[in-house]
Amino acid sequence: MAKRIDVSGLNAYYGNFRAVEDISMVVEPRSVTAFIGPSGCGKSTFLRTLNRMHEVIPGARVEGKVLLDDENLYGTNVDPVAVRRTVGMVFQRPNPFPTMSIKENVAAGLKLNGVRNKKLIDESVERSLRGANLWNEVKDRLDKPGAGLSGGQQQRLCIARAIAVEPQVLLMDEPCSALDPISTLAIEDLIGQLKEQYTIVIVTHNMQQAARVSDRTAFFNLSAVGQPGRLIEIDATEKIFSNPSVQATEDYISGRFG
Amino acid sequence: MSSSLTHARNSLSSPLTERRLPKWMPAANAALALLLAVAIGAGFGLSSKLQWGLIAAILFVGIQYLASTAVEGRRHAKNTLATSLVWVAFLLALLPLVSVLWMTVSKGIGVINVNFLTHSMNAVGPNDKGGGLYHALVGTLEQVGLASLFAAPVGILTAVYLVEYGRNGKLSKAVSFFVDVMTGVPSIVAGLFVLSFWIIILNMPYTGFAGSIALAILMLPVVVRSTEEMLKLVPNELREASLALGVPKWLTILRVVLPTALGGITTGVMLAIARIIGETAPILMLVFGADAINMDPFNNPQSSLPLYVWTEYSRGTDQSQARAWGGALVLIVVVMVLNLVARGIARWKAPKSATR
Repeated sequence: MAKRIDVSGLNAYYGNFRAVEDISMVVEPRSVTAFIGPSGCGKSTFLRTLNRMHEVIPGARVEGKVLLDDENLYGTNVDPVAVRRTVGMVFQRPNPFPTMSIKENVAAGLKLNGVRNKKLIDESVERSLRGANLWNEVKDRLDKPGAGLSGGQQQRLCIARAIAVEPQVLLMDEPCSALDPISTLAIEDLIGQLKEQYTIVIVTHNMQQAARVSDRTAFFNLSAVGQPGRLIEIDATEKIFSNPSVQATEDYISGRFG
Repeated sequence: MSSSLTHARNSLSSPLTERRLPKWMPAANAALALLLAVAIGAGFGLSSKLQWGLIAAILFVGIQYLASTAVEGRRHAKNTLATSLVWVAFLLALLPLVSVLWMTVSKGIGVINVNFLTHSMNAVGPNDKGGGLYHALVGTLEQVGLASLFAAPVGILTAVYLVEYGRNGKLSKAVSFFVDVMTGVPSIVAGLFVLSFWIIILNMPYTGFAGSIALAILMLPVVVRSTEEMLKLVPNELREASLALGVPKWLTILRVVLPTALGGITTGVMLAIARIIGETAPILMLVFGADAINMDPFNNPQSSLPLYVWTEYSRGTDQSQARAWGGALVLIVVVMVLNLVARGIARWKAPKSATR
């Protein structure tokens, strides 16, 4: 189910501004890869190029190659809608659909993609909610609005919604930055379970979180404001946090800058 | 500043509590102001009750301010002054609304009965009692219905284009500009346009449908503008969440964006209907008016409620003027019912919040 991502020579632009410059890296399947780095260094932008969400923003475009196993996501005749079905995404702020109940939220991906079989949908809803560690908390109120849950529950609802369409890869853009430590712990536990089935990429500002949940860590930086962000290094998480090969990484991790 | 603080400190032992006016004070002051105004008005022989009311309003604001200054200090007095002014402004704003409603209801309720609502003016003379507005009610509902059937989908789809697809391109800017121009088109001009194009050039007959074309032209920009604002309010995160699930853009708009904005869109369409339902000029030119019931908006002239009010009022007899007020009352009730229905739909379909 999980797939390997192989990025080479990727540049991302907003209009004429190059936000991310010449990134090449490999994301291993069935593992968690964390992106760390200062604000504005292009982590989120790069993450969004991995499921072609970057181009949703007017004027945004991408150059380079992103291979999912052997298929180039930016090849000719590739349908971005099909890419997004394969590479799911969880956002920084929980964003359940306000007009839908908990159950409808989880089933949204299936229903909107034309699945009509009620039994199939019900099974998928339960499986996804269990997978997101939310089933026991919401099983008695599946028909209540999703917006009525707490922030942490909403974020797990969004994760359930993302995994309900059974993607190969799950991208998470600072999924815990709006949550309290207990909800964060719940989501980190969940990431640990999910990596047995999915390839997970997570952007985080919390370095302890990167150290706790990830197998490999990539450090991004930018030389100055207005300059594009670059990948400084990517390596096993223990190596990055104990003995990074680049001085800038060590400075960032230990809290010294510049 | 310092004076009010020392005032509070001196008057009471604790520095955190202070003297406040009792809760019933504004009501008592209002009663006092009203009493004084009646006394002044009667004493000086002012004939207009409006003058009495204005004196009462000014007295109320003054008394409130003085009482608050005396007891609570200057900071509270300023707050009391602003609150009193807001109350007075609120009542002044209500005045025309209430008086129009009162006038219409009191003059119109007399003629309202089953006969009035179910019969036409066919063969009813200006001096005859009886007669009704069934033909006009049918005409209004059909013409406005046809206009909405055209303007609501086109308007909503235009707004969807402007917000979701236009991306500030040349076409969307042009569309936006012409929608603004259309907003300013007077109803008589829309009527003249349809008259010259549809009836004179294309040689079509005077029908309810011709009127509904003009009404649709008037309704369209209102629907576009209000829907556009509502779609802009839908958070981008919802669109991204849907797109990230592999849902195509058109389906995202149809199943996520539009339902989220549905309450506001419905309200906007209803406001647009309320705007056109009282239009008389284009109806006068294009629908021609009729005294008999004509259920078919595509053939032969019809009537409509505003036109009915106008023709009955201009006949000038007591009987027909009473019918005109009855027509006005029915028109208000129709708009109110439509608004209530719209609010019901909006509440039913609104995004569910945490509290419900």
